Amino acid sequence: MAWYIGRRLLQMIPVFLGATLLIYFMVFALAGDPIAALGGERGLNPAVAAQLREHYHLNQPFLVQYLLWLKGLLTFDFGTSFSGRPVRDVMAGAFPVTIQLAFVALFFEAVFGIAVGLVSGLRKGKLFDSTFLIVSLVVIAVPVFVIGFTMQFLVGVKLGWLPPTVGGNVNIRTLLMPGIVLGSVSFAYVLRLTRTSVAENMTADFVRTATAKGLTRRRVVTVHVLRNSLIPVVTFLGADLGGLMGGAIVTEGIFNIPGVGNTLYHAIQQSEAPTVVSMVTVLVMVYIFANLLVDLLYAALDPRIRYA
Amino acid sequence: MPETSRPTQMHFFADLDVEILEQVDTVDETAPPASLWHDAWQSLRVRPIFWVSAFLILLVVVVAAVPRLFTSTDPSYCDLMSSYNPPGPGHPFGFDRQGCDIYARTIYGARASVTVGILTTIVVVVLGAVVGALAGFYGKWFDSLLSRITDIFFAIPLVLAAIVVMQVFATHRNVFTVVVVLGVFGWPQIARITRGAVMSVKNADFITAATALGVSRSRNLIRHVMPNAAAPIIVTATVSLGIFIVAEATLSFLGIGLPTTIVSWGADIAKAQTALRSQPSVLFYPAGALALTVLSFIMMGDAVRDALDPKARKR
Repeated sequence: MAWYIGRRLLQMIPVFLGATLLIYFMVFALAGDPIAALGGERGLNPAVAAQLREHYHLNQPFLVQYLLWLKGLLTFDFGTSFSGRPVRDVMAGAFPVTIQLAFVALFFEAVFGIAVGLVSGLRKGKLFDSTFLIVSLVVIAVPVFVIGFTMQFLVGVKLGWLPPTVGGNVNIRTLLMPGIVLGSVSFAYVLRLTRTSVAENMTADFVRTATAKGLTRRRVVTVHVLRNSLIPVVTFLGADLGGLMGGAIVTEGIFNIPGVGNTLYHAIQQSEAPTVVSMVTVLVMVYIFANLLVDLLYAALDPRIRYA
Repeated sequence: MPETSRPTQMHFFADLDVEILEQVDTVDETAPPASLWHDAWQSLRVRPIFWVSAFLILLVVVVAAVPRLFTSTDPSYCDLMSSYNPPGPGHPFGFDRQGCDIYARTIYGARASVTVGILTTIVVVVLGAVVGALAGFYGKWFDSLLSRITDIFFAIPLVLAAIVVMQVFATHRNVFTVVVVLGVFGWPQIARITRGAVMSVKNADFITAATALGVSRSRNLIRHVMPNAAAPIIVTATVSLGIFIVAEATLSFLGIGLPTTIVSWGADIAKAQTALRSQPSVLFYPAGALALTVLSFIMMGDAVRDALDPKARKR
């Protein structure tokens, strides 16, 4: 096990370096001159521009810039944005919000997805199953932004049940609707995964054995079927955590949530390269670690899986 | 139970009917060979969901190819006088804020989505299948190298990467830049699936037999391994075609996908956001068309997956 974790951590190093280099390249090398844009219409004083280029290492070759940034990263120094704010402060403001949002979404998709999926899987082909199968297909097919502003309009504006936008007050009440919208597509996937998995396990030999032993249906379903069916679902949920945080751009835009997605989107538009690079890097790290965690959870849930 | 004539010993014979055994052994030479694809087709052709999605896909492709067949109205002819006008003769869906005919825009919007979906899927399948097949077939250090490269692209969220790159392409955004961007960051999933499929096929007996017969490694990969690893690739590609259409719409919604000069569902949906309060139909038609298109590809992928999976077929 320790060997396996060690090997996986070693494998992460090239992935991390490659991904950050790619991001750095996309943001810095492709984006043109960010300092020139700072000056606006009138342009910057050449001396000031030179000073700024020096400060942000923009006069260095691309690879040197990247290595300098990497060096800062090792000491948790994410640099300063072009507007002069430390990137660490920008991230400290945005990440807690998005983490809350992602957990609301994860909670929603896990609880409802597994519950509905379990019932559907047990009653495959019945009315409940067919209804939610269609619901899940529609949720997958309708883009999340359409679901987003339709819900915002119906639930938030017309019915007034939940606040339509989040803005400054981030709490569970304001994040509830955005969380559901963000988790809606994954809810459909969790539902379908659980359903298929449960239906498949219901005909498995170990379930027949458990029933033959005289266990109650309740115990067979919860202990034998559900636990085994959850293995692929847990994999999906873990991998989805990273996806939810990175994919929150659209949802955060619609509901005006001051999280990672919104900050990132504005940073991209304003060519705030230091902010973009560092934020995306953190997102990638979350994604990579979530995947490792999922693989380890796999072994914990399924004794048949052993890592050597 | 027939008894023997010998009086000293009692023998029991199993109830074997020689004639029936012969019948079982007979192979009907005229019957078509039961290949995976043949079986899959047999189970597909009786499923209504397959025919419904096939019909919808065909319809959307025809609409995208020759929109003139379905409307004679110019989608870019807009008269502010008819802003938000209700449906009338010749204009079944009514008008949007700018006074453009919603029906015509919905029909003409198909082209952008379908083109992006199909082209991106082609790019992704070619890139992903080549990388995945090489990694899975040749293995060892080559696999490690290609797998790490796949991981790198997999770790960067698709929409996020697309936003960063599309921001750079600000001046020349068109269908092809969207395809390139989505393709470059969309291939890792196919690569992983191909790698897995190739690895599970390459140790099969018929591959060993082909190698023993002197088939070269590259020919073995192309002629024998790939056709047998194609099923999961096709299923994933069909479903991801729908996903790419949604991704394009998301980019257009954010204002960094297709320019407004191209009629597209994504851009129309984005415009409809402000109009939702006064006229929901402005949102309903482009969003509905988009959803129906995506839905038909996902249903098709589901149906093909079920048909190709012998475990699911028995039930």
